[in-house]
Amino acid sequence: MLKSKTFVKKTRSGGVMKIVREHYLRDDIWCGSEVCTECKLESTALQRDPCIESNLCSYPHYLIPDTNVVLHQIDVLEDPVIRNVIILQTVLAEVRHRSAPVYKRLKDVVHEKEKNFYTFTNEHHRETFIEREPGETANDRNDRAIRVAAKWYSEHLKKSESDTDPIKVVLLTNDQGNKQKAEESGLLVYKCEEYIKSLIGNPELVDRLALSNDDKNDITSSKVLFPEHLPLSRIQAGLKNGTFLQGTFRASRDNYLEATVFVQGEGEESTEVLIQGLQNLNRSVYQDVVAVQLLPRDQWVAPSSVVLQDEGAAKDDNEEEGEEEKELRVSAAEAARKPTGRVVGIIKRNWRPFCGMLNASIIKESTRHLFTPADRRIPRIRIETRQADALAGQRIMVAIDGWPKHSRYPNGHFVRSLGSAGDKETEQQVLLLEHDVPHQAFSQAVLSFLPKMPWVITPEVMLNREDLRSLTVCSVDPPGCTDIDDALHCRELDNGNLEVGVHIADVSHFIRPNNALDKEAANRGTTVYLCGKRIDMVPELLSSNLCSLRSNVERLAFSCIWEMNHEAEILKTRFTKSVINSKASLTYAEAQMRIDDATQTDDITKSLRGLNKLAKILKKHRILKGALTLSSLEVRFHIDSETHDPIDLQTKELMETNSMVEEFMLLANISVAQKIYDEFPDCAMLRKHPAPPPSNYDVLLKAAKSKAVEIHTDSAKALADSLDVAKVDGFPYFNTLLRILATRCMMQAVYFCSGMDSDFHHYGLASPIYTHFTSPIRRYADIIVHRLLAVAIAADKTYPDLMDKQKQSALSNNLNYRHKMSQYAQRASVAFHTQLFFKSRGILNEEGFVLFVRKNAIIVLIPKFGLEGTVFFDSKDKAAPKVVFDEEGPSLMVEQHTFHIFDRVKVTISLDASNIQHQKIRMSLIEPVIPGVSVSAPEVQPQAKKPRLDR
Amino acid sequence: MAGLELLSDQGYRLDGRKATELRKVQARMGVFAQADGSAYLEQGNTKALAVVYGPHEVRGARSRIRHDRAVINCQYSMATFSTAERKRRPHGDRKSTEMSLHLKQTFEAAVMTQLYPRSQIDIYVKILQSDGGNYSVCVNAATLAVIDAGIPMRDYVCACTVGFVDETPLADLCYAEESGGVSSLALALLPRGGQIALLQMDARLHQDHLEALIEAAMTACKGVSKVLDQVVRQHLQEASVASAE
Repeated sequence: MLKSKTFVKKTRSGGVMKIVREHYLRDDIWCGSEVCTECKLESTALQRDPCIESNLCSYPHYLIPDTNVVLHQIDVLEDPVIRNVIILQTVLAEVRHRSAPVYKRLKDVVHEKEKNFYTFTNEHHRETFIEREPGETANDRNDRAIRVAAKWYSEHLKKSESDTDPIKVVLLTNDQGNKQKAEESGLLVYKCEEYIKSLIGNPELVDRLALSNDDKNDITSSKVLFPEHLPLSRIQAGLKNGTFLQGTFRASRDNYLEATVFVQGEGEESTEVLIQGLQNLNRSVYQDVVAVQLLPRDQWVAPSSVVLQDEGAAKDDNEEEGEEEKELRVSAAEAARKPTGRVVGIIKRNWRPFCGMLNASIIKESTRHLFTPADRRIPRIRIETRQADALAGQRIMVAIDGWPKHSRYPNGHFVRSLGSAGDKETEQQVLLLEHDVPHQAFSQAVLSFLPKMPWVITPEVMLNREDLRSLTVCSVDPPGCTDIDDALHCRELDNGNLEVGVHIADVSHFIRPNNALDKEAANRGTTVYLCGKRIDMVPELLSSNLCSLRSNVERLAFSCIWEMNHEAEILKTRFTKSVINSKASLTYAEAQMRIDDATQTDDITKSLRGLNKLAKILKKHRILKGALTLSSLEVRFHIDSETHDPIDLQTKELMETNSMVEEFMLLANISVAQKIYDEFPDCAMLRKHPAPPPSNYDVLLKAAKSKAVEIHTDSAKALADSLDVAKVDGFPYFNTLLRILATRCMMQAVYFCSGMDSDFHHYGLASPIYTHFTSPIRRYADIIVHRLLAVAIAADKTYPDLMDKQKQSALSNNLNYRHKMSQYAQRASVAFHTQLFFKSRGILNEEGFVLFVRKNAIIVLIPKFGLEGTVFFDSKDKAAPKVVFDEEGPSLMVEQHTFHIFDRVKVTISLDASNIQHQKIRMSLIEPVIPGVSVSAPEVQPQAKKPRLDR
Repeated sequence: MAGLELLSDQGYRLDGRKATELRKVQARMGVFAQADGSAYLEQGNTKALAVVYGPHEVRGARSRIRHDRAVINCQYSMATFSTAERKRRPHGDRKSTEMSLHLKQTFEAAVMTQLYPRSQIDIYVKILQSDGGNYSVCVNAATLAVIDAGIPMRDYVCACTVGFVDETPLADLCYAEESGGVSSLALALLPRGGQIALLQMDARLHQDHLEALIEAAMTACKGVSKVLDQVVRQHLQEASVASAE
């Protein structure tokens, strides 16, 4: 083992420091190839016969990409076709330094066995280490290191094989200079594009290539359209002296020439800066962090109310642009003007791959096309593809590569096709991607932490664990549920009291802190339920098998056991890790039947009856304390078992057993919250639901007043009580509508770390403290709570991150974000299925109620489908009717008719498919009849026996 | 920008060592003629000079005299040029005082002090260049100096620091590793008997990992002792050749 030293000079906080580090060079770093006889590595990654068919390299070869190739072409490297690649340590270190996401993806690829990637630690190898020469930049040195390593490989592999052709090494680089030097030293070197294009049988890979710098230049005319971005140093100086502001760029949904930049000020102060016009937007993309400069006050403008969409064919030069921009500048009143600025530089790009569709170019042979993202806030992207015909009508993903200053649109490359538009699978993918729901299959690294099957309970597992296998435990869930995370039992004790147990799947036993499985689950945060599909937070082996408390198998559980008297007063609470053997998995309906059927007297039924009785008392107590019962219509689709298309809609029905399970879950959550907070006042993960500000209730109050009903909103209890008595004769649905409105007034419940906040109150449940404990299979917060509780009862050990309130707080932020996004995704999925349903049903006439009144529209709720839709009174092609809006009512007078909240109307529902990316449900008024506004009831098509499907 | 990756997936550390490998240790004994014993030791880029005076009669306060054993007096200091930024106070600050105390405790456990009642042994250690593991390098250098002075010891005292990264103990940390937020532990061992002379750790570490970490530290210390043993034998050989002439 040789030793040498490198001297590195490093600056830190302004000062220059000399840092001396040792650098050991080794001769026991192996090449990782199967053919090599010299190297003594046990597990080789690189195959004996690396076969990939290529025009350029018809011989067996390994690939060595340089740093820029990895950074920009990671999409290509991830493709299963590309195998037998050597990743040099130099490259890995540079990638790590430059881009964390790419680094993670690269590591995932390296871990995948089938990809045959090998990491060669060239910087510590005696023969491949090089020292930086005087006058050489760090980049040049790294390039040279890559060349030296490639050279070493080609010579090393020549030595080892005698009987067949030696395996060659191909260096991939996009850098001209590097390529030239490599050729001089006798290496096989190709540009990434050349190489990928030469691959036989994989033409689609070409489209995944990111555009490299010299390609970008010839895409558009050399006319400069945008002002230059300032360098980072100037931006930083500007931020420091206050001439620039830093903020997040938010493009407007309705107007592509307008955006706001959200500037986070100190404390509560945050401002929004308006940006108008292409020049001022200066190539910013939604969610970028940008630096803006405020314009002088006399150039400030008001946000325009015009809806502008970037449509039409590709405009290379911006002749027409002028007009549209002028249209924007309609002079506004002085008061409406807002701080206006222009973007001077980009601090951080936040580009991700975008979903959308291709607008094929008019010229048939052209390979350059525009891509329209599904999200209207993202500009259109120019991509280069040869398969435009195949991609037309498909949902595709595109990544942005760059936005040169002389190009009207950003340049990007095709990543992959998701499938044809309107297809269920495809649309599901799109909504997952657009809501940032991580839904890829679990990586090998994650799966490696799963327990080995067949799994049995070993004696070590039984330590600190109570044996509750003999108890009559059963679970009650919706039909078709495979991730059962809770089970219950109730039995009478000898002293006449009741023992009630809630048993929750012990997920934290399988997911250990800080391994890949844990990190993946923490990142996903929650399981996402879409119509007919579930995106698991933990791999299926756990979610549907080992952690699922199925009947008649032994499962690990975390139990919360109370002793109660018959008035449901808690006498004793106890938590323990346990082993249970559920005696039955029931559905809500089955459980209800057992309770109601007086002839059944088995243990399970008795247990259920006991639980049900206690639950009713618990619920009564809870409501007395002021818990709210709110209502929102949830829709359940009947899905055709073969085609998986929705054939009918039904609002979810609630049974007594639903509320029975819910009561005990609430009780368990509250008990656990109290326990972990007592034990860890600084780092307990809790859930709070803040009381809404009084102004939120305005809509509800006005609506109730219109029916002469008074609602009190001083406290949750007052609200609950007044909602209970709010009834109007002859209008049984009124109460439900009112509750729906009340739900809309509420705030979002959030997770938080107890050390970072002082307000713990859960408004909706009227509980002083609350957390989530009962669904660890589908929520990560519960896993953390499990760990905390396990430490509190000394059943498990702790780890530093668990006790770190900063880390906990960051984690709960992520969980809140994921939770929110998953709800949006769920809603979007329901909306999509509703569309599918109406597509198959044709036009329908239904009765509904007015839920809100807006300036130019009414929002109608159709209870039968739980569907909400807007009826507009001004449309583009018709003359607008006379509309008078009264904000106090609130009511809307259209011609002679006045609409109030809760009015009964009749509408016709149809699917508007004019924009294939944004299909929507359209409603138009049938009753009351207003001339010029309402439409005559169309013929309802008789429904075919089996809905025809036009795909 | 991410911090440094202390242990790569391939199992190499920042400087190219594997998890259990020590830095290169080089040492020389008898570097000063005036002192009773002296030694110079390099462990990678950490370099230390140790000097021993005594045993001699107790100087200063007579109350310090012990009637059954010798008193050990240690002083640790760092050269002003030993770190990347010039040090203001070479000795006497809180850190050096603590280090002096640790050294004293270590050598009280190793030196057979009962052989020299009513006397005093002075050990001075100076760090010339610091690159992590200062305590262990000092102990190793001082051991050689004590041997050079001909003071009987129970065994070599060998010390080593170990850190804990990604569930793996790393032996003999360099500065970059020490400052990278690793929970580190310093251990001084009498290798033949396996007795621990000093164990010091002021970072958070889960109890379950402690055993593995101590195990790794002991292995590392035994590695150090082999090297020190060689140095002593080499030195003796040279000395006997010189005296024979």
